Amino acid sequence: MSASQEQIDNLIHKEYKPGFVTDLEADTLPPGLNEEVIRAISQRKNEPPFMLAWRLKAYEQWLTMSEPDWAYLDYQAIDYNSISYYSAPKVKEAPKSLDEVDPKLIETYKKLGIPLHEQERLAGVAVDAVFDSVSVATTFKHKLKEAGVIFCSFSEAVHTHPELIQQYLGSVVPPSDNFFAALNAAVFSDGSFVFIPKGVRCPMELSTYFRINAANTGQFERTLIIAEDYSHVSYLEGCTAPMRDENQLHAAVVELIALDHAEIKYSTVQNWYSGDEEGRGGIFNFVTKRGDCRGRHAKISWTQVETGSAITWKYPSCILRGDHSIGEFYSVAVSNHRQQADTGTKMIHIGKNTKSTIISKGISAGRAENTYRGQVKILPGALNARNYTQCDSLLIGPKCGAHTFPYIEIKEPTARLEHEATTAKISEDQLFFCQQRGLSAEDAVSMIVNGFCKQVFKELPMEFAVEAQALLGISLEGSVG
Amino acid sequence: MLSIQHLEARAGEQAILNGISLEIKPGEVHAIMGPNGSGKSTLSNILAGREGYEVTHGSVTYEGKDLLVMKPEERAREGIFLAFQYPVEIPGVSNIYLLKAALNAIRKHHGQTEVDAMDFLQLVKSKIKSLNLDEQFLYRGVNEGFSGGEKKRNEILQMAILEPRLCILDETDSGLDIDALKIVADGVNALRSPTRSFIMVTHYQRLLSYIKPDVVHVLAQGRIVKSGGPELALELEARGYGWIDASLNH
Ligand SMILES: Nc1ncnc2c1ncn2[C@@H]1O[C@H](COP(=O)(O)OP(=O)(O)OP(=O)(O)O)[C@@H](O)[C@H]1O
Ligand SMILES: [Mg+2]
Repeated sequence: MSASQEQIDNLIHKEYKPGFVTDLEADTLPPGLNEEVIRAISQRKNEPPFMLAWRLKAYEQWLTMSEPDWAYLDYQAIDYNSISYYSAPKVKEAPKSLDEVDPKLIETYKKLGIPLHEQERLAGVAVDAVFDSVSVATTFKHKLKEAGVIFCSFSEAVHTHPELIQQYLGSVVPPSDNFFAALNAAVFSDGSFVFIPKGVRCPMELSTYFRINAANTGQFERTLIIAEDYSHVSYLEGCTAPMRDENQLHAAVVELIALDHAEIKYSTVQNWYSGDEEGRGGIFNFVTKRGDCRGRHAKISWTQVETGSAITWKYPSCILRGDHSIGEFYSVAVSNHRQQADTGTKMIHIGKNTKSTIISKGISAGRAENTYRGQVKILPGALNARNYTQCDSLLIGPKCGAHTFPYIEIKEPTARLEHEATTAKISEDQLFFCQQRGLSAEDAVSMIVNGFCKQVFKELPMEFAVEAQALLGISLEGSVG
Repeated sequence: MLSIQHLEARAGEQAILNGISLEIKPGEVHAIMGPNGSGKSTLSNILAGREGYEVTHGSVTYEGKDLLVMKPEERAREGIFLAFQYPVEIPGVSNIYLLKAALNAIRKHHGQTEVDAMDFLQLVKSKIKSLNLDEQFLYRGVNEGFSGGEKKRNEILQMAILEPRLCILDETDSGLDIDALKIVADGVNALRSPTRSFIMVTHYQRLLSYIKPDVVHVLAQGRIVKSGGPELALELEARGYGWIDASLNH
């Protein structure tokens, strides 16, 4: 094997740093799923009756559904009765301030690079941290309150703003939408809630950090973001999990609602544990993310950098209902070892003069399979709808695969669509060229991959872009000029 | 500076170099000419450390060190520069980023600190001007969408920034228009110094009228079949390679 190939392999085989476990006493429900479990979750969260009723209905629907099998994914059947659906760090009472949060938890987030103490925070990012099933701390609450922004855990919002929850919960992703969405609706334990009132530009980036810690538990969180007329918010989501030999299930739902002239920018850096080289362990990530541009000139933009998980099943989508609304999807999906990623987006054009952009960059290495699946649907009456799709695949090494499945459905003759797709390999020529200029093969691969992802990285908020590039083992491009 | 002794090399089953010996002293300019497929690029590649060739015989010594055991990036950091016959594109990686990364890798190797961002920008801007390239080339992807001639000039830009000690130019003149040829030649001449040597692979005498070589070699079938002064290039231009083959057969 050539030296450069060896270097590529080293790069691929980097160890997973967030793979540690935090030793905490937890309140964990025994494995299994039935009506009692759902009642127990609802009771532990002291939920109002409407929530329990909603969960139970979702559970009933779930029982009649089956796992989707159309994705290009191959995994052992999940035994839903072997999973615990609730695990929370034990506290006598809910913490009222950060000082009451278990220092071990704070330590965990520190190790992950998420200091929760406000004074330690980089200016301008408010964090909600979700540890296993519950939200442990939301920083910068007061400053946000002054601006009229509500940013809190989902469980808190159920109590403090039940009217908003009742109005919007499930209005973008109804429990009946798909198998995992129904499961989530039945058993979700926490998540984040954001409400940006009319005319408010959220004064800082909002951020949630998801951490799976306990063994044999699933994580089912729900995020709901509502942006009223002329408001603006940028939201960041990060995720990690310990290294464990068994697979763990993560089935989240994210709903975004943008009203007239509102803009929501949602960025994810997903680095769940991806399993070892042989494909042992790792997170099964089945996520439903959808944004509804409900108002005129609304804009929803998804940016994701997916490097982790054993299985990724995820299609952040936009419903472009309001006239002149805009949907964007920028994605980098990296898969190596035995990772499998089936990811993409859906853009549903309903309103007039709606516009969508899809930029997808898939990188496969090792024996990984990377699939892009994208649907662009132009409904009758969506006059002058526009879509631009570009999906590029980069292969590193001879044993990986890349697949592209575009689905296009046009019911409106004035629509205009453009689609471009490329598949490339990091060529010996490129590597040799970089080495001949003095770069090590490893730096050369990083640089080439980084260049390939540039269109997406530049959509990420600065801090996140740095994290994303570090994740790919890349030093920051563009630091000159 | 460089000493090649009886070098034989193959790619797979194909023998390409069949015993090349060449001595290059500091400050010298050697031109290598020869028909298509005679092994000029192969020789350049082997000197730069490209994989895919097997050296079956002979040795190469560069500044007293065994060149053939060094990794390509080590050779580059030690001052060997290859201007490619066909420069590759690296989409999304800006030219200036590559230049800075390369320069810093070389500086680091020599125990120097990273280049100051402002100094670097100034350096690059002055060089790019002398090569008559637009500043926007710095911010475009490496060779991405460059014309053939622009790619070649970009190679010379890199050479000017990295200041190597042994420059190997593989047909840098091919595909250049007359003005560009003059600019590239000026760029090379500006780099000539008593401590820097050049190997220039070319098919045309024209380049050599701008950059005067000390020695001209003719490569045929993996061997140097004739060496001489600059007048040899003129003779080749006039008579082609046939007469050398004929004189060989005597
Ligand atoms: N990797 C390889 N495998 C097999 N044959 C090769 C390989 N590389 C080069 N060759 C062959 O070796 C011979 C010399 O090639 P080389 O590229 O060195 O020629 P050149 O003198 O640079 O020609 P040109 O003037 O056309 O650039 C050619 O016949 C070529 O086909
Ligand atoms: Mg050649």
